[in-house]
Amino acid sequence: MGGSLLEQLPLFLSYSNVSFLAQAFGVTLALSIVGAVVGYTVGALLAFIRNRHVVDVLPARFLSVGFSETFRRVPFLVKLMVVFFAFEVVGMRVSMFTVTATTVALAAAAFSAEIMRAGLEALPESQWDAAESMNMGGVMSLRLWALPQSWKVILPPALSFTVGLIKSTSIASQISVFELTYAAKVLNERGFSPVLSFGSLLVLYFIICYPLNLYARRLERQLERPRDWKPGAPLLAESGAA
Amino acid sequence: MHHLEIDRLTASYDGKEHVLVDVSIQVAKGEIISLIGPSGSGKSSLLRSLMGLLVPKSGEVMLDGEKVDYTNKKSVKALRERLAIVFQQYNLFQNMDALRNVTVAPVKIRKRNAREVEEEATALLRKVGLGDKLHAYPDELSGGQQQRVAIARALALKPDILLLDEVTSALDPELVSEVLDAIRILAADGMTMLMVSHEMALVREISTKVVMMDRGSVIEEGSADRVFDNPRTRRCQAFVGKILGH
Repeated sequence: MGGSLLEQLPLFLSYSNVSFLAQAFGVTLALSIVGAVVGYTVGALLAFIRNRHVVDVLPARFLSVGFSETFRRVPFLVKLMVVFFAFEVVGMRVSMFTVTATTVALAAAAFSAEIMRAGLEALPESQWDAAESMNMGGVMSLRLWALPQSWKVILPPALSFTVGLIKSTSIASQISVFELTYAAKVLNERGFSPVLSFGSLLVLYFIICYPLNLYARRLERQLERPRDWKPGAPLLAESGAA
Repeated sequence: MHHLEIDRLTASYDGKEHVLVDVSIQVAKGEIISLIGPSGSGKSSLLRSLMGLLVPKSGEVMLDGEKVDYTNKKSVKALRERLAIVFQQYNLFQNMDALRNVTVAPVKIRKRNAREVEEEATALLRKVGLGDKLHAYPDELSGGQQQRVAIARALALKPDILLLDEVTSALDPELVSEVLDAIRILAADGMTMLMVSHEMALVREISTKVVMMDRGSVIEEGSADRVFDNPRTRRCQAFVGKILGH
């Protein structure tokens, strides 16, 4: 087996195969980025409207809770099918990439809304009272002190979740989206050893996810003590003050 | 006409049990009124209610003869431009240094000139003895220092009336005196204050009137000497006896 692996290696690393995997790598990255950016934006909005200090409208809060609680409890594959058929039901012809990116965004929105909710609720209620008594509104409070203080609670789990989100894009291979897992399956079907096909997959996912893990750890240390960041100023941990 | 007139104010947190029952207090300009009473007597709730953090169920609050409508956002906003409160737990914004904690509301909310506000804030922080801590963050300050920043923050809003809610209760005993000194300075400046305090020596020293509360109601009021030395109600006698060790 070792011998056959070594024999296959030069052919496996041929230009056409590497570019094939690179394209799939790009699709996985694009799915993750588009899904995360859209999802986290929607998730942030959902978390804000769930916070009574920011938006004091009960139906909006119910909507936010309902969305987050529902989609957090549904497996990724089921979400993927729901989105796939939802597009069909409303008569929209979209690419499989759009279906998957929408599903990733949906998952990211539901989970990030919960992560941000927890981060905002970790702040002492009395700080909201102090802000309110100075006529500081919810949105201004978020910007000036609530989010800067909650990042330390929000960002580490959000980055860990992002790693999970990237990995879950592999399920899109079930609906023939040309992403990393799908590409590895194709290479395997073309006769390459599963060790090479899926081993390369392991390496490529690691290349995307490991830097995120490292960054999450670094952020955790940096955000230990919240400080207003001023343009040009080093972050606290880097300035050696932490 | 009184500066602040609280008339039969009633409030509750859950809509059932009242934390304030028909509370009436009149405050003249420059007066320092101390609210005393056991825990749960409604002292802090009264201050929260005045700030609109707890919306009164009934009764009236008049500020310089003008009725405050707590169900109207504009009216509450206008009220909060004239009243400021300092809380027991300081409630400083942890991501801002002392100076920014003091300047943030005047600059961002009142839209005042940043440089002018910064100069005033520096002077205020010096006044409360924190001239060397302008750029210190709350987690680098002691409880007493944080509370003095909180007082400076309230003063930077140039309130007509300052509400102090047990501002020394969360402090270690050795840090209490520095905050009390800051309050003495305000009293000497003629600031109108409504304060909840368990510091009976301070209450006796600076109060123009002492109001004793119990179970959400005012049960006795008068000069500090009169309330402490010659309480009329049994409840007040018992409370004063306990805290003064009579």
